[in-house]
Amino acid sequence: MPGLMGRLTLIVKAKFSKALDKAENPNETLDYSYEEQLRQLQNVKRGIADVTTAKKRLEIQYTGMQQQVEKLDGQARDALKANREDLAREALTRKAAVQAQLDGIMQQGQQLEAQQQKLIEGEKTLSAKVEAFRTQKEVIKAQYSAAEAQVRIGEAATGIGEQMADVGLAVQRAKDKTEQMQARASAIDELTTSGALDDLTSSGDDIDRQLSQISQGSQVDDELAKMKAELGPGEAPQQIEGETK
Amino acid sequence: MIVRLMGEGQFEVDDDLRARLDALDDDVARAVEAGDERALWSGLQELAEAVRSGGAKLADEDLRPSDAIIPPEDLSLDEARELLTNEGFIPDIEGDAA
Repeated sequence: MPGLMGRLTLIVKAKFSKALDKAENPNETLDYSYEEQLRQLQNVKRGIADVTTAKKRLEIQYTGMQQQVEKLDGQARDALKANREDLAREALTRKAAVQAQLDGIMQQGQQLEAQQQKLIEGEKTLSAKVEAFRTQKEVIKAQYSAAEAQVRIGEAATGIGEQMADVGLAVQRAKDKTEQMQARASAIDELTTSGALDDLTSSGDDIDRQLSQISQGSQVDDELAKMKAELGPGEAPQQIEGETK
Repeated sequence: MIVRLMGEGQFEVDDDLRARLDALDDDVARAVEAGDERALWSGLQELAEAVRSGGAKLADEDLRPSDAIIPPEDLSLDEARELLTNEGFIPDIEGDAA
């Protein structure tokens, strides 16, 4: 059984030596190869741009998720002040789950960062090779016999194909990584019931709703107590559970 | 001979290095069979290190193909298995290769 290196070398060679077989007119092959290379270079560039966009989007999401953590923390405090330990526990449980996903995203983000750097360098090398091919194809056309040209074209095209495979794989892996990060981000959305943050009056979040009921409740109590005090020295307010200030 | 470290570039190394690279490559394949990701990574790292320390980096404009291609150092066990069992590992960049 061949090793990883042996296997990979075979696969790449098989993939990028096809152009050789069908070459009849070396000059045409050269021009066609070059056009093809330019087209693929564009694909690689587009792939890199996609990764960059996905990464930026994730960075924005990350900031939002950090706010969710702070919000859940604040909710836990509010709940405790209102003597609702059950709610506080729920908020802290969610906070821990969100934090765990965030840590995972953070770690994947660092790996993606490193991969992105390699992508940029790989694309630079690919551009340089395609440009070198453009120059060399004119030399080959002018100076070599058809048979010789064939061999040289084959080599150069394989060399470039290999670089394509290299950058292509890097793009693919970076995309996979952003997808994994996106999956984590959606898990967080589920945990925090999305939208609750943007819309402060939202009634979508259970904790939000219960907390607002508590604060409304204690407001009513406060008002009631004030009214009673104004009306006369009757019974003093004594049952204000949610008293915090 | 010329060796490519994927994600890093091509290196020109002495032909004598071939035997050592093949031996390390066998270790890596065994690590995959054993499902040992740590051994896989350390094996790939050793391969890359052998090439880096024993070779000179090729210029970007050099169009020569490599004699051996070494996968990325952080290859996962799943990716390694995919590499050994089918060809899906290397993505097609739309259309036939140049």
